[in-house]
Amino acid sequence: MDPLALTLIELGAVVFALGLLARLAARIGMSPIPLYLIGGLVFGAGGLVDLGHVRDFAHLSGEIGVILLLLMLGLEYTARELFTGLRKSWQAGVMDLVLNFLPGAGIALLLGWGGVGALVMGGVTYISSSGIVAKVITDLGRLGNRETPTILAVLVFEDLAMAIYLPILTATLAGVSFLGGLQTVGISLVVVTVVFFVALRHGHRVSKAVHSENSEVFLLNVLGLALLVAGIASAMQVSAAVGAFMLGIAISGTTAHLASRLLEPLRDLFAAIFFVAFGLNTDPTTIPPVLGWALLLALVTAATKIATGWWAAARAGVAVPGRARAGAALIARGEFSIVIAGLAVTTGAVNSELAALATAYVLLMAIIGPLAARFVEPLVKAIRRPRGGGPREASARVPF
Amino acid sequence: MNVDETDLPGFGVRKDFMTQSGRRLGVVTHRDGETELIISAWDDPDTCQASIPLTGEEAATLGNLLGGQRIVMQLTEEHRDLPGISTRQFHIAAESPFRGHPMGKAQIRTRTSVSIVAIMREGEVLASPGPDVVLHVGDLIVAVGTEEGLDQAATILRNG
Repeated sequence: MDPLALTLIELGAVVFALGLLARLAARIGMSPIPLYLIGGLVFGAGGLVDLGHVRDFAHLSGEIGVILLLLMLGLEYTARELFTGLRKSWQAGVMDLVLNFLPGAGIALLLGWGGVGALVMGGVTYISSSGIVAKVITDLGRLGNRETPTILAVLVFEDLAMAIYLPILTATLAGVSFLGGLQTVGISLVVVTVVFFVALRHGHRVSKAVHSENSEVFLLNVLGLALLVAGIASAMQVSAAVGAFMLGIAISGTTAHLASRLLEPLRDLFAAIFFVAFGLNTDPTTIPPVLGWALLLALVTAATKIATGWWAAARAGVAVPGRARAGAALIARGEFSIVIAGLAVTTGAVNSELAALATAYVLLMAIIGPLAARFVEPLVKAIRRPRGGGPREASARVPF
Repeated sequence: MNVDETDLPGFGVRKDFMTQSGRRLGVVTHRDGETELIISAWDDPDTCQASIPLTGEEAATLGNLLGGQRIVMQLTEEHRDLPGISTRQFHIAAESPFRGHPMGKAQIRTRTSVSIVAIMREGEVLASPGPDVVLHVGDLIVAVGTEEGLDQAATILRNG
């Protein structure tokens, strides 16, 4: 068969299968990320069907997916929100970083993956999935809850931490010397500061530059600029994703809302392909040997996230049920853990077992996270309710 | 009243306050302009028992209902020493014959001696509205007069 025809058929089959998986995920009320990963595992190297032809396309699309993921993340925040969030939540943020980075880094050292492996796995276990957490909060109607700002503040801190972490990771993976690494980090810090300044003072001008009443022109402007900025950032070793994130922050106001609305379907498509691409590159037979470690890591880092959320919510004066909710809401890991692992795997600087462990870990955490967030409330109630007092209390319950 | 304003990064802003009964009550304004009414649980002010998405029109109507109630209460208080004088609020429904028409067309004062003292619209008060004010669906009209006059005014506003 003509190679182009074969590629189209394979690609069509993959994208269509993703659609079915997404529908299934929506039906059972879970995040589609684990299903996409499993899809990639099934189609990839060593899986049931090897779709070699789409790998190049999937790779590039995956890169675009990451850029769109971070661009949209930047669009969601205004520079002011990031500033106030940082000021209010840095203690919780630092605690989050320490408690959740260490288990990942520790297990990497334990398994003999060295310093680079530790840097990668620490990042994988550190960052919660903003996408899953935000969806869980809205789905469960907890936007008005008192602990919600605390959760969001921790997410804001994590996303900002990524703007520092990703350039460090990129430089390390590229094997840049210590001095070169410092230079990269220096550049990224300067860029972050400049973008903040521009976004705070001149955000409307940046927005005006890309804005257009014609949605086609607007889409091309935003997408083109995002790829350009990401490319330049990547050339400066600052990580393409961070460049896109910074561009997102600089765009503000109505332009930002409009841009996110236009880009959302594109992001969903490319991000889905990104997860598949990651799965494609992971040999499913490498997963069973690391499954035990993944489970251990899942349990430990679920506990450390709960501790983080609990502590942060307690500081905000929230009562015990709210503290538990805040902790459980943060458990989910997802897109960014895979972004980090993906960066490491494509450069080939880490052990292939790391990809397997990261995949298994994210599979677990993307499923456990939303479940924990949903069931923590009845659990806390059941534990806290004094024995014998239950039925009377239930009957005293008023509808509102 | 002490209203707490909290940023919800990525979502919008939440404004809420504690009621005397210990419930937290407020509004989440989303980035895209949508509003959500939030009401905390009866036993735990941290938890939202209900979060009700409201369209712009619904939010304005709720604002009118609450604001109108307050005006009516104030006026009732002021008219306490005047026997026979009452205050009442009327709602302009979608089927009212006067919707989209100037208020003067209903000739409430001439026909019933009732005075329309305020119109609540989108949470705002139009005090002492003149006959040229055009009535909108969802407006809440605050009127003062005798009980019979108010009954007649209600019928006029509903049926013409």
